[in-house]
Amino acid sequence: MSNLLDVENLWVKFETRSGIFEAVRGISFSLRQERLGIVGESGSGKSVTGRAILRLIRPPGIVEADRIDLEGQDILRIPELEMRDVRGQSISMIMQDPKFSLNPVMRVGDQISEAYLLHANTSKAQAHAKSIEMLEAVSIRDPERVYSMYPHEVSGGMGQRIMIAMMMIPDPNILIADEPTSALDVSVQMQVLEIMDRLVRERGMGLIFISHDLNLVSAFCDRVLIMYGGRIVETCEADKLHEAQHPYTKGLLNSLPRLDAPRDRLDVLTRDPAWRDQPSMSGMI
Amino acid sequence: MSGILIENLNVWFGENHERVDAVKNASFEVPEGGSFGLVGESGSGKSTILRALTGMIQTWNGRMEILGKELGPTRDRSFYRKVQMVFQDPYASLHPRHSVDRVLSETLELHGFGDTDTRVSKLLDDVGLGPAFRFRYPHQVSGGQRQRVAIARALAPEPEILLLDEPTSALDVSVQAEILNLLTDLRKKRNLTYLMVTHDLAVVSHVCTQIAVMQLGKIVELLNVEDMRNLRTAHPYTSHLLHSSLAHRSEAAEAEIISTEVR
Repeated sequence: MSNLLDVENLWVKFETRSGIFEAVRGISFSLRQERLGIVGESGSGKSVTGRAILRLIRPPGIVEADRIDLEGQDILRIPELEMRDVRGQSISMIMQDPKFSLNPVMRVGDQISEAYLLHANTSKAQAHAKSIEMLEAVSIRDPERVYSMYPHEVSGGMGQRIMIAMMMIPDPNILIADEPTSALDVSVQMQVLEIMDRLVRERGMGLIFISHDLNLVSAFCDRVLIMYGGRIVETCEADKLHEAQHPYTKGLLNSLPRLDAPRDRLDVLTRDPAWRDQPSMSGMI
Repeated sequence: MSGILIENLNVWFGENHERVDAVKNASFEVPEGGSFGLVGESGSGKSTILRALTGMIQTWNGRMEILGKELGPTRDRSFYRKVQMVFQDPYASLHPRHSVDRVLSETLELHGFGDTDTRVSKLLDDVGLGPAFRFRYPHQVSGGQRQRVAIARALAPEPEILLLDEPTSALDVSVQAEILNLLTDLRKKRNLTYLMVTHDLAVVSHVCTQIAVMQLGKIVELLNVEDMRNLRTAHPYTSHLLHSSLAHRSEAAEAEIISTEVR
């Protein structure tokens, strides 16, 4: 099975008044038709990695890599105009919070149709029909009614499903989901995950799932990259996450309160400065 | 004497046909020095109870008591000396152009404490921030440190009751552990009474001994933490919540999806 995406030696830098800040420091990984989780704390570089793949880091931010290979095409070196076709058609991204990612003055249905019209050469009527079909696919019960609603009229869970519908409609090969469920309630979370999981499996897509929730990633993904300070400190099979070796991963796991194992005090993660300087692990397969 | 007593509390918004009943006939009691958790999904009315208690919402009826004293329609300063609140998002609850020192000394002066200087450094000490943080602005400290400042501000008038509205949901798990440990220590040291609102069942089971589960404005079940840990629940909604949060952990995660319509 060939890789959908290969990222080699990716760096993302931002110039600040106190020198250059390196948000991502030379990471390599590949993605197959699988669910790849990227976990880490805020500031570990996980979201920036997702955005860098789509070339959404704007200057003065600097993205460097030996290659970002998408089905034989190095997308780091193609012109911006061609990159627009890649976004949506080949790689889509679901953002964290539907409140900020949907256009507040446009009906949600029109936003979904727009995504389809941009990428497929088709009529408005067809785009409408396809949008309704997509809304059904994300388990929205009354798609015609929801089609003509505005974002402020839908709940958080519904907004996130609308985002998923919008990202799925151009039928991409790769989906990047940046904390897609952290703005949602626990019980709604499971529903949204289940919908994403089904779509990814049915269409044979590759999924990059960015999250800070270790338990969620461990239950939902196939493979996990753990990021710290812009590097990958550990990679493992998702179901073996609880046997992780790196002290950072262990520390994160132990700092979680547990319903089934009460403790008086939670373990606090002590950070070893040496972790930052360890070489990045490769997430290539 | 009970720390907090809520009896047949109703809270609503709007009038006539626009009226929404956010809390319906809620009753519970928190003993002095106890810690009580309110859990439920967004929109279940859990934060509304806190807001009614602190006087931020006027449209309520029923009975609310703080340390044996019944609450009327308004709150006076002596109320805020006894009851303080820690808000969810430390990025929004601190004034961006006030330094830590100003935030704390203003609160102290409002409540008529002299000796501001020593009290401010003592407060910073209590929440695990050194004197180095005293003259910083909120944007110069991390999220966890901001939440410590917010806790220090709440502790400033030496309250007996702390209302905690999702105090860790905006924080990373490692920082969450630090803040939860801090809250545990403070309660022991100062014999505080906690009323915590959260949607995270693991967090509530760590901090609280008594838990009320809310759904659509009603308290559907009151249970203690042992019952919750052992999944001894009477109401189907409670077990649904428990299973959704345990599902992350179990191998059969995919099997455990109970469909409730979101909207």
